[in-house]
Amino acid sequence: MRVGLVCPYTWDVPGGVQQHVGDLAEALMELGHEVSVLAPCDSDTELPAHIVSAGRAVPVPYNGSVARLAFGLRAANRVRRWIREGAFDVLHVHEPAAPSLSLLACWVADGPIVATCHTSNPRSRAMAASAGMLKTALEKVNGSIAVSEAARKTLVEHLGGDAVLIPNGVWVRRYADAEPLPGWPGPGGAIGFLGRMDEPRKGLAVLLEAFNDLGRRRPGLRLLLAGPGDADEARARVAPDLRDRVTVLGRVSEADKARVYHSVDVFCAPNLGGESFGIVLTEAMASGAAVLASDIPAFRHVLRDGAAGELFTVADAGSLARRAAALLDDPARRQELSRAARRAVRAYDWPAVAADVVRVYQTVLPAGVGGLVGAGTDR
Amino acid sequence: MTEVLAVVCTLLVVLAVSFYLSWRASRLDRLHTRLETAQAALDAALARRGAVVGELAASGVLGPAAGVLLSDAAARARRAEDRAEREVAESNLSRVLRAVLAEAGDLAADGDLLAEVHAAARHVHIARRFYNDTVTAVHTARSSRLVGVLHLAGHARLPAYFEMDDEPPGLPDPHWPDPEGGNDR
Repeated sequence: MRVGLVCPYTWDVPGGVQQHVGDLAEALMELGHEVSVLAPCDSDTELPAHIVSAGRAVPVPYNGSVARLAFGLRAANRVRRWIREGAFDVLHVHEPAAPSLSLLACWVADGPIVATCHTSNPRSRAMAASAGMLKTALEKVNGSIAVSEAARKTLVEHLGGDAVLIPNGVWVRRYADAEPLPGWPGPGGAIGFLGRMDEPRKGLAVLLEAFNDLGRRRPGLRLLLAGPGDADEARARVAPDLRDRVTVLGRVSEADKARVYHSVDVFCAPNLGGESFGIVLTEAMASGAAVLASDIPAFRHVLRDGAAGELFTVADAGSLARRAAALLDDPARRQELSRAARRAVRAYDWPAVAADVVRVYQTVLPAGVGGLVGAGTDR
Repeated sequence: MTEVLAVVCTLLVVLAVSFYLSWRASRLDRLHTRLETAQAALDAALARRGAVVGELAASGVLGPAAGVLLSDAAARARRAEDRAEREVAESNLSRVLRAVLAEAGDLAADGDLLAEVHAAARHVHIARRFYNDTVTAVHTARSSRLVGVLHLAGHARLPAYFEMDDEPPGLPDPHWPDPEGGNDR
């Protein structure tokens, strides 16, 4: 099958949607499909053969912040040319409601179109204000995918459509085996965190508060924090005598990420909510970490109601500390959780997820006829 | 002079209105095509599920009793005549399939055939959701007064949702082989 993927956001800037599109492309190619990805690109860096640049994206204020988007007629022409040259069996646009390449692709293309919605935003003013226009463009979409129940709800509420649920994938084999960082987890035990340290919704503050209690009771227990943010600010939340037991790595590479998960006895995801899908959680599960996560619906679902990882009351440092202490004292339970996590995460392995996406493609292709995606100029 | 201007203006307005109307009509036409494709995909998905379930029943991997249940449900779904009867029969097939596979657990041996059954059930779920989504889009488009007054939809009947229980059977853990070998649950 020839598949055309459209990513609305600048390829050279890291982001969840870009990562998803790149991984999906790789997984589809592994399954034997031909894939071309169209995305805005800022720099002239060498791109892999299957990534096609749609030119520079322009920073514009949108939906309360400045987003880098490609939206003009020149971008529309590039989309049109890419569609004509690609001769795709199916066009798969991501985040179709973003006023960028994906929306333009819906506008110019004719033929089988699939859309994936990533956003979960209960009150998107931008989407509400332009719902009429979006509906017209999205009328051409034959089938929609939502990466989480929250994303699906957003779609239903704002645009009145419906979507099938296909979760975000994770490359299980890239996380399954990794060398722990030197000296970790250490004899006193270690708890890990990965995510933006300065983003309150990631809940690092809850973990640090719990550590003030845990660290006193357990001499030798250490905390390993990875992710962008101010290290001193994070340390300042911990009692002065415990600060040297908090190691802050800052932003880590993909390879080091896997090592972080393997370096701790308990991996903690203290998110306060608003997380449409816990990528970090599936990565930790693929690494076989014993996971301790806050009891938000998305995490509860991924952790199979607590069978593949412990859950604690959201934003409750006391609950976190109690559960963490119990886990640190019980290596057998950690082993059990690790095994259950490795098993549960196979549902999120990219090859399995991509196979489900292919089922969606098969559903929108007119039976029997190889319907090519066209880009007429009449509309 | 003013008369000429009036005529030109009128012509322009007529031209703009007719362009707009033809655009609306072509949108509606495209939606109806999308609906036909979605309906065909749903029919194909249901037929395929019926065939694969029939094969599973005949293979005997789940034992004779489960085989009889499955082939009975599949046959009823195949013979259902009107829409309402079909919705009930296909829902029953979903329920029987879930019950039989849950009961079999990890004892069922033929992995390939089972994977095919799971895929076929998932196809039904996807196809029905896309079909109903398209029905919603058609309803929205045709609820416009303009479409109603000018008969832009022609004689096409207002499509109905396909209501059924399409929940696929749960994937048992053994569906993915255990990396450490053995099932330690």
